[in-house]
Amino acid sequence: MEKVKTLDDLKKLKEQLKSTIELREKSNNPESHVQVKVAMATCGIASGAREIMSFFMDELRKRNIDAIVSQTGCMGYCYAEPTIELTIPGHEPVVYGNVTKAKADEIIEKHIKNGILVDGIIPVTYQNINKK
Amino acid sequence: MMKYKMHVLVCGGTGCKSSDSDMIAHNLRTAIDQKGLTEEVQVVMSGCFGFCEKGPIVKILPDNTFYVHVTPSDTTEIVEEHLVKGRRVERLLYKDPQRDEIISDSKHMGFYKKQVRIALRNCGFIDPESINEAIARDAYQALGKVLKEMTPQQVAEEIKKSGLRGRGGAGFPTGLKWEIASKSPGPEKYVVCNADEGDPGAFMDRSILEGDPHSVLEAMAICGYCIGASNGLIYIRAEYPLAIERLKIAINQAREYGLLGKNIFGTDFSFDIELKYGAGAFVCGEETALIHSMEGQRGEPTFKPPFPAVAGYKMKPTNVNNVETYANIPVIIMNGAEWFASYGTEKSKGTKVFALAGKINNVGLIEVPMGTKLKDVIYDIGGGIKGNKKFKAVQIGGPSGGFLTEKHLETEIDYESLTAAGSMMGSGGMIVMDDSDCMVAMAKFYLDFTVEESCGKCSPCRIGNKRLNEILEKIAQGKGTIEDLELLRNLGNVIKDTSLCMLGGSSPNPVLSTLDHFYDEYLAHVKDHKCPAGQCKALMQYIILPENCVGCTACARNCPVNAITGERKKPHVIDQAICIKCGACVEKCKFNAVVVQ
Ligand SMILES: Cc1cc2nc3c(=O)[nH]c(=O)nc-3n(C[C@H](O)[C@H](O)[C@H](O)COP(=O)(O)O)c2cc1C
Ligand code: SF4
Ligand code: SF4
Repeated sequence: MEKVKTLDDLKKLKEQLKSTIELREKSNNPESHVQVKVAMATCGIASGAREIMSFFMDELRKRNIDAIVSQTGCMGYCYAEPTIELTIPGHEPVVYGNVTKAKADEIIEKHIKNGILVDGIIPVTYQNINKK
Repeated sequence: MMKYKMHVLVCGGTGCKSSDSDMIAHNLRTAIDQKGLTEEVQVVMSGCFGFCEKGPIVKILPDNTFYVHVTPSDTTEIVEEHLVKGRRVERLLYKDPQRDEIISDSKHMGFYKKQVRIALRNCGFIDPESINEAIARDAYQALGKVLKEMTPQQVAEEIKKSGLRGRGGAGFPTGLKWEIASKSPGPEKYVVCNADEGDPGAFMDRSILEGDPHSVLEAMAICGYCIGASNGLIYIRAEYPLAIERLKIAINQAREYGLLGKNIFGTDFSFDIELKYGAGAFVCGEETALIHSMEGQRGEPTFKPPFPAVAGYKMKPTNVNNVETYANIPVIIMNGAEWFASYGTEKSKGTKVFALAGKINNVGLIEVPMGTKLKDVIYDIGGGIKGNKKFKAVQIGGPSGGFLTEKHLETEIDYESLTAAGSMMGSGGMIVMDDSDCMVAMAKFYLDFTVEESCGKCSPCRIGNKRLNEILEKIAQGKGTIEDLELLRNLGNVIKDTSLCMLGGSSPNPVLSTLDHFYDEYLAHVKDHKCPAGQCKALMQYIILPENCVGCTACARNCPVNAITGERKKPHVIDQAICIKCGACVEKCKFNAVVVQ
């Protein structure tokens, strides 16, 4: 292990290590972060939900957007998989269906960054998938 | 660096470990590996989550799912359902006992809602065996800050301003203590951490050391800089093997990074820490006894002054603080004294960790801001009394704390209010009792402990407590008199006033406070020879109600000492001279014919 010689060294080290527990930090107050929940049941996984989840994780990080990307169970829109539920702090959650990488890109650029809804919203008939 | 999508935190505190949490973590890792998710899911053994009643606990992030009473065989389901398919395993979720409602997200649990975690900030959050995770949570930055930006005097000032007081019992202002030690002349000084934690049932300090050892190491180094010491000693009881193990790992990791050792952060400040083991005597938690024990002498208290800050370990100036006290230091330096002082009451700042136990639904480790009402702790965080019984009393402050009653439920927890109500903060034991607990028996229970643990050096404590205990025994046997109650009170006060150390100085508190608050219950024992709670065996009688007894012989067949006689289909009788009051007959009788009087 290399020695930590100055306070600046320590701060640099902290910056490097921060990402290892970032997920836990964010989970501490999920309400204040953009949350993307990807439906990852059998139907979702079969239609590529895993790639979409990775895409969101990578791209949000690259574009410096603080967000929590998590997986959730089947939302019941099997015809429209992959589906995601997007929550912007202070707003009601919105569900998007048939999310491709291109769609995901559009969602990040328009909805997450600028608050503009994009096509593909599934009428929300419920409040929140994890209401418990 | 790996980017994990999910973190699975498994409680690695002593409690959960003893119910196989190691195996749970192992099985989770295996199952995750089988599903090919090793690169996506990280399994972390963390410190204690505090909700020990429900352990072993597994928490899944980012969705904050809180699984309780997990067993090693539940792991496949957790992995296959939750981690792979994103479906929560309902049967393992926490169920709110009051509202009978499943709560999956720990943020919404009553147990956590009113807590503020400062001393426990990293417990149950980081892997205590990884200095990197601690550093990611700012560990050692406060040390860097004081070395670079503050003079020792400024450090003492900052701690003074924060209002932090000792969490080990006496509540002495920490900054002032550091200032006194820093002004004590001498090239050789010591920083001591008191991790003796002798109170029966207490595990606040153990959990901090097991869950976040670096916070204590860092604070000791800060103290070393402030008072001018380069040696730190942690006095820890040998019965804490896991805490010892984690401390050793932490000390080694800190040394490897150069955060302990010579010329820390390239300055001329050097500091290192050594462990000293105690054999688990309660009195060795008293600071002068602790110092003698570390010196290899008998663990007996000596008269103060001189205080350790002037003449302590090896007669050198020594600062002794409690584990929890230290755990608060780094955040105070990082966030500032004002931030810390914004929590709490006028004279008691910050938070206090309590080990909540007894007849309460949510047994566990909690941290609340000073000033939180007792009733909020007992009903909101503690989830109320077990089995919907009636609250009777709460005993706070360890074996020599006092009992508080229903009329104290509005009391705000701080040093002054608890003392004014007849109890004390102590180190943070909080034991709740319901109406089936006899106060005479409880007072005796604590006194048994102090009699056992008295070092015997001074007579008020050695002889006086023994006499107190004998009088209590007499009362429990139904042989007490009104005069005995007066004697208890007088003797108790004499012991308090004349003992050498605070063991004797506080040991009569349980007796005195129950006399104050439950005098009627004592009277019932001495005048009516009755124990209203039905606990004192000598004062109870098992009798069979002839009108209910059908003569089924179930009781007689199960009595271990053949105390019950009677013909078949005729009412039975218990011979009181033979009965040992085991209660077996009550359980066996299907006709409610056997009753306790
Ligand atoms: C009988 C007795 C037992 C004690 N046990 C402990 C203990 O287990 N842990 C502790 O920190 N302080 C204990 N104390 C208090 C210490 O003497 C001392 O006040 C404390 O360690 C100072 O640290 P603080 O100012 O941070 O609280 C005990 C005191 C007495 C009289
Ligand atoms: S009060 Fe008790 S424990 Fe303390 S010195 Fe006297 S005999 Fe020992
Ligand atoms: S209490 Fe026990 S000893 Fe007494 S009569 Fe019942 S069974 Fe026998």
